[in-house]
Amino acid sequence: MSAIPFPAPPLDSDEVLALRTEFRAFLDKHLGHRTPRQRSDNWYGFDRQFSLEMGKAGYLGMTWSKQYGGHERSAYERYVVVEESLAWGAPVGAHWIADRQSGPSIIKFGTDEQKETLLPRIAAGELAFGIGMSEPDSGSDLAATRTKAVKDGDVYRVTGTKVWTSFAHEADYVILFCRTSGTPADRHNGTSQLLVDLKNTPGLTIRPIIDLAGQHHFNEMHFEDAIVPAKNLLGREGDGWNQVMSELAFERSGPERFLSSIELMYQLIEVLKGREDDAAMATIGRLTAQLAVLRRLSRSVAAMLQNHQDAGLQASIVKDVGAVWEQTLPDFARQLVDAEPDPRTAAAYAGVLANIVHNAPSWSLRGGTREILRGIIARGLGTR
Amino acid sequence: MLAEMIQRLFERSLDDAAQAQARGGQWLDALWAEVEEMGLPLALLGEDQGGFGLSAAEQGEALMLLGKLAVPLPVAETMGANRLLAKAGLPLADGAAGLARADHLTVENGILKGRVERVAWGEHLSCLALAVGDTLYRVPRSGWSLAEAGSAVNFHPRPALEIAWEIDAEAPLPHCPLAEGATLRAHQIAGALEAALDMTLSHTATRVQFGKPLQKNQVVQHELAKLAGELACATAAAGLAAEALERGDVLGVAAGSLRAREAAGSGAGIATQMHGAIGFTREHALHLYTTSLWTWRDEFGGQVFWARLLGKAAVAAGGDGYWPMVTQL
Repeated sequence: MSAIPFPAPPLDSDEVLALRTEFRAFLDKHLGHRTPRQRSDNWYGFDRQFSLEMGKAGYLGMTWSKQYGGHERSAYERYVVVEESLAWGAPVGAHWIADRQSGPSIIKFGTDEQKETLLPRIAAGELAFGIGMSEPDSGSDLAATRTKAVKDGDVYRVTGTKVWTSFAHEADYVILFCRTSGTPADRHNGTSQLLVDLKNTPGLTIRPIIDLAGQHHFNEMHFEDAIVPAKNLLGREGDGWNQVMSELAFERSGPERFLSSIELMYQLIEVLKGREDDAAMATIGRLTAQLAVLRRLSRSVAAMLQNHQDAGLQASIVKDVGAVWEQTLPDFARQLVDAEPDPRTAAAYAGVLANIVHNAPSWSLRGGTREILRGIIARGLGTR
Repeated sequence: MLAEMIQRLFERSLDDAAQAQARGGQWLDALWAEVEEMGLPLALLGEDQGGFGLSAAEQGEALMLLGKLAVPLPVAETMGANRLLAKAGLPLADGAAGLARADHLTVENGILKGRVERVAWGEHLSCLALAVGDTLYRVPRSGWSLAEAGSAVNFHPRPALEIAWEIDAEAPLPHCPLAEGATLRAHQIAGALEAALDMTLSHTATRVQFGKPLQKNQVVQHELAKLAGELACATAAAGLAAEALERGDVLGVAAGSLRAREAAGSGAGIATQMHGAIGFTREHALHLYTTSLWTWRDEFGGQVFWARLLGKAAVAAGGDGYWPMVTQL
């Protein structure tokens, strides 16, 4: 009655098994040389060359129509490629956001011209996208957005600041969520989305935001009377809120929500090999059971998307439960193995552990904080 | 459709008084007669075996319902025992049945001997599907005496049985009764958690404190969200275990069973906390579910047994083999 239904995922067909095998061989060929520490960067690794290879081999835009450079494969087949990429710690940054949410948003809301110019290049692995949602004063409260775009003939003049934009310094485009009329007090009304060319927008300055690990993934994008062609409007002016919610649904549905720290699990297992430690074996068993069940829930979501069902609520549950798994893994590891994490060491275990310890806090913040997700689930249960 | 029949039967015939009797260790004879009349003991069998020919989803739904209704009879165990007996080609049970594994039992001169611990409703069963090593025995009621009384956290009987039986029904073991039982329990846990979530939602909607329903507090909402997450995990875990049992993969059963056991503890904890003190009483029905969750999570091989089994396999797979192993669970 009150349970949030997760349909049983399909059993792997022969095609899916073949795809998994074929894609593992592809990853081994292109990424076999990477160190554990490199692999532990997981989805925040950025490698243009690898993304081009993904595109060439037909692993991007998998579900899109061939007309736009896609491959008309199933959502479930795309899921297999995504989860195998993450399990291998593939550096997916240069195609990740475009393939997951920007491309699907363009398919859903874009003009023919936008589809024809952008989608085939995304599917080829040539175009990297960033997310232009959060602002200094509107993080979780997205509707408080202040960035303003004023129509002036055949351009928009954009003023405002966006933050936490991963890879804005490397990427080609962002989809900018902004206000095209009214004030932040109007909340959902009067917002729109613009396609912003990061390499070619006068008035746009991109500055790094260095994270606590000392790494440069995040950026601040400062728009000062920046000029964006009016034809870069995505969807309808004023319909930005519905569009951005749809984009977030794409963002929240994937298996990256529990595989971020998987390399630590591999290294932990390597350290435990040969140990006769029943308590350690039991801990690994419990963690493995949790992971297997998360995978099943996540595959349910993929199956729902395949059947064009709304899986927003289910995806929020997977992300909420999944973030706990990936985030608490270092604590379980620390109960089993004494090792001082070291971000500069070449040693596999201590290096991977340091990288995970540094990055784990962000996993319950990105793409909707834990608190936002639990609010969404509670609303789905009828409490508000 | 079977789910509706089960729902109707127990809603009609299982009331608070019956639950109290069962808690006192009393066998609900009339209710069991209705269970048999409906054909529930054969529910997991194919139509060619006199069963219902249910799909995997329908089987899961029926088993979950037994948990959701807190049925105080070994209906699930009997269904599972019959599935196991049928698979082994042994005669089906002619009443309630139990599932057990006891590798320390001995066979001398054709007599199976030894003690089997903690069999649910052991005194009232017609037979026991008992595994010793690679052999499955169908031990009839005349083959055991009660060795020692025992009770579960929900106060249902768990006696030890002293087996002394001249073997006349044995077959190679098709799959382990512990795997069968663990899969049944995973479903019952998921069902009980669903009932616990329903009750918790209802309680927090109607209970007013500080001038508003509890559930208007964000901190309460977040606990409800966590409970819904544990329910989702338990349900998925039961499905995972059932599919694994079907293909004979004991590691998949371990994974599903473990996660359901874990959800039983965390889910019961949240539900009780959200009910406040009333959830700690027998006046509120929540206790039927929490005490059963605390019973089922430790049965048919405990958490540590299954966790070591799965953990050892995972470590043996090694860092490179771990992910391929996980994708096969």
